[in-house]
Amino acid sequence: MSESTIVKLPDQSTARIPKMNYLSKENGILSWLLTGDHKRIAILYLISLSFFFFIGGALAGLIRLELLTPQADLMATDTYNKVFTMHGVIMIFFFLVPSVPATLGNFLIPMMIGAKDLALPKINLLSWYLYMAGGLLALYTMATGGVDTGWTFTTPLSTHYVNTNVLTTGLAAFIAGFSSIFTGLNFIVTIHKMRAPGMTWFKLPLFVWAHYAASVLMVLATPVVAIAIVLVALERTIGIGVFDPTKGGDPILFQHLFWFYSHPAVYIMILPGMGVISEVISTFSRKRVFGYTAVAFSSVAIAIFGFFVWAHHMFIMGISNYAVLVFSLLTMLVAVPSAIKIFNWTFTLYKGSITFETPMIYAFGFMGLFTIGGLTGVFLGVSGTDIHLTETYFIVAHFHFVMVGGMLMAFLSGIHFWWPKMTGRMYPEKISQLAAVVTFIGFNFTFFPQFILGTLGMPRRYASYPPEFQILNVFSTAGATILGVGYLLPVLYLVWSLRYGKIAGNNPWQATGLEWQTQSPPLTENFVKMPIMDHDVYDYEWLEAQQEKEKEVASA
Amino acid sequence: MSHISPTIWQFLVKWMTNFALFPPEASKIAPQMDALYFFMVLVSLIGLTIVVLLIVAFSILYNKERHPVAVQIEGSTLLEATWTIIPLGLFLMMFVWGALIYFRVFTPPANAMNIYVVGKQWMWKVEHPGGQHEINALHVPTGRAIQLTIISQDVFHSFSIPAFRVKREAIPGRYTTVWFEATTPGTYHLFCTQYCGTEHSHMIGDVVVLTPEDYKKWLASSTSGASIAQNGERLFASLSCAACHNTRPDARGPSLANVYGAKLPLASGGTVTADDAYLREAILNPSQHVTQGYAPIMPTYQGQVSEEGIISLVEYIKNLNSDYRIQQTLNTTDLLPESEQTAAPAAKAPATKGLVKP
Repeated sequence: MSESTIVKLPDQSTARIPKMNYLSKENGILSWLLTGDHKRIAILYLISLSFFFFIGGALAGLIRLELLTPQADLMATDTYNKVFTMHGVIMIFFFLVPSVPATLGNFLIPMMIGAKDLALPKINLLSWYLYMAGGLLALYTMATGGVDTGWTFTTPLSTHYVNTNVLTTGLAAFIAGFSSIFTGLNFIVTIHKMRAPGMTWFKLPLFVWAHYAASVLMVLATPVVAIAIVLVALERTIGIGVFDPTKGGDPILFQHLFWFYSHPAVYIMILPGMGVISEVISTFSRKRVFGYTAVAFSSVAIAIFGFFVWAHHMFIMGISNYAVLVFSLLTMLVAVPSAIKIFNWTFTLYKGSITFETPMIYAFGFMGLFTIGGLTGVFLGVSGTDIHLTETYFIVAHFHFVMVGGMLMAFLSGIHFWWPKMTGRMYPEKISQLAAVVTFIGFNFTFFPQFILGTLGMPRRYASYPPEFQILNVFSTAGATILGVGYLLPVLYLVWSLRYGKIAGNNPWQATGLEWQTQSPPLTENFVKMPIMDHDVYDYEWLEAQQEKEKEVASA
Repeated sequence: MSHISPTIWQFLVKWMTNFALFPPEASKIAPQMDALYFFMVLVSLIGLTIVVLLIVAFSILYNKERHPVAVQIEGSTLLEATWTIIPLGLFLMMFVWGALIYFRVFTPPANAMNIYVVGKQWMWKVEHPGGQHEINALHVPTGRAIQLTIISQDVFHSFSIPAFRVKREAIPGRYTTVWFEATTPGTYHLFCTQYCGTEHSHMIGDVVVLTPEDYKKWLASSTSGASIAQNGERLFASLSCAACHNTRPDARGPSLANVYGAKLPLASGGTVTADDAYLREAILNPSQHVTQGYAPIMPTYQGQVSEEGIISLVEYIKNLNSDYRIQQTLNTTDLLPESEQTAAPAAKAPATKGLVKP
């Protein structure tokens, strides 16, 4: 019993990928483009998301290259402004918001709750088409001149002062917003109505809880940004003046509307990632998640409090001092559930039986980086320190720690964890562990110096900067190079594994979720017969008993 | 070190020798804000260390080789309460401490010297009470509370002085204020930190902190001949404002003497305090702000007066207020050189003189 891995693979000489599965059921491009199968749609999303991620990543590379020297010498300031705007738009609307929910959530939620599919398969496919329409429109915008408002579309800059493609970019975000609303709606209906017999709310995996909370945010918050975008478009085209002070409008109103979505949006991005971490930590320490209810309710608490903190983006914008007081206080409250989660995950390790496969390494990376990202968020939520730190590289570092250090680590953790389920094959372990470590090191090199830059006062969105900031920018760019390698490696070996990876079998991780109790890759209907949830969630004793039974049956 | 390229080596030596982790502290609020900042860094480091140490310790103690069978634990209400209440307590402490600093930064003392700042794509225009203009620069004396009244002429900008730890958004159509008291003479960065279009990263400048004596010299050497209020008086005359705003019994507009800071009854009901923002609005959107007892006949001056012009008018109207004039005189006499002292307070003559042409 002293192996250092939990991986149990079938005998490779005899094992075969099951002939009948969701991938082999139908062939041809149309069978993919017209599919209603949540698993196929998840794969469509995975491919298109990765595509957009690498475009956004290339833009990030250009940004870091420009900032290698203090002068704006690689590109004109206008070009730089377009590059960081498109980096933000693509990474937020076309990668981070849909990343985990649209791929892993789509693939796994029905399987985890024991359902055949999502409640509304056609709506699910529609949301992928909307996503693609928005994404391609964004790319078209970029190809035909780009946009330089920043991803925040701040008025009156976006309405009166730039001549770039604000309308098409806005439309792209608007369309992608509907994709997100439909996905959220689909998840809510599915989680309410399609749970297998015995699958009560408190037997749901925490991944599902996290997605439920994120879905509520998607459905309630996204329409507000859609309205804000429409108002910007009307202001730009016919000059209705809602945000125009010369017509009695209020330019700050736009920011209220925008952040009313965009703050909850960061929880839309991070909550599903937290769901992944709960599953991974539990599986690789062979224990139920410490304080299951606390973790589940902290997701709900984040979703609720997340709606009432948006004005902390506007502390220096001339909103009333008392509004600042209220929003700062509420921001302190929203920080607590995140702390609760971190401690619960840590204590899940206590008295566990821990192994360190790639998903777990990414999860550890998540916990460290998200802790830093979360704590530095408090610096910005505290009104006094926000004055100095806001609008500087401190804020850039903070949200990259949360979004890239947190969310992307969680995404990669989840992709590796469920890769055997999605494809039926294992990824190569050693090189992927290496990739996880490279990513972690590269990430810290890239973004930690930016905290110091921000504290020194370097403003964000600067194409050129005073020369004394150069050394830290050089570190940051060097780190970005390492980070780039860390992200390219998985693409290579994951594609390689599609053909050459070891056959995974049903449950290579010995995990307890219902998705692991069926073949890999699963059937189009997910399960041969309707599963019954007759045991507790994360019930490793049940799993062992089950496996004993199967052995007996096999030997008999 | 022969294998390192000499260029890189020189670069590293150069930067490692003047490497800073924090900007200079050059204002009274800076050490206070830094104290909170260091406290938060300390708490964060402790928190991070606890999490990392626990993860490492558990990973060593309970890895599969050493601890093959996991012990299932439901959870612990006591622990949950601990890691809810302790972070909450710490966060609330930071919240209170931060709020105290925030209120200090955005509540200027009554005797602060007012300097106007107008942001536009892509420059900062600064106007001192004595009429001194600067672009992308701000000269201030040490040991004096300085209030900046900031407005933008086009898009959002943000006026940031990292060495002072203060920053304030420049908003189109709205005055915002911030104050500071500089402590250390020197030249510091001035940044626009709100993305404002093409040349955003060139909207930078210098904040020059001078000793009171040097500031006096600077004021004398930079004088433009007329104070803001005097410019305002000229504008007031050229726009024929006094045709209505006078003290004749049949005047079509209210007299503006002593109007600044007063509570005015509005025709639409309610009262309003005539502050900078109100005066600005009353010039640009007069029909929205009619004083009780007067007809809504004043035309809008939107598009006819620049933001600087409005600032001059507002400053002039302020100077019609005897209390305010005395205040400003008290504020500036000890700083202004002799020649300026006679010129600075615009309406040196009785307050109504500039208004009423009897």
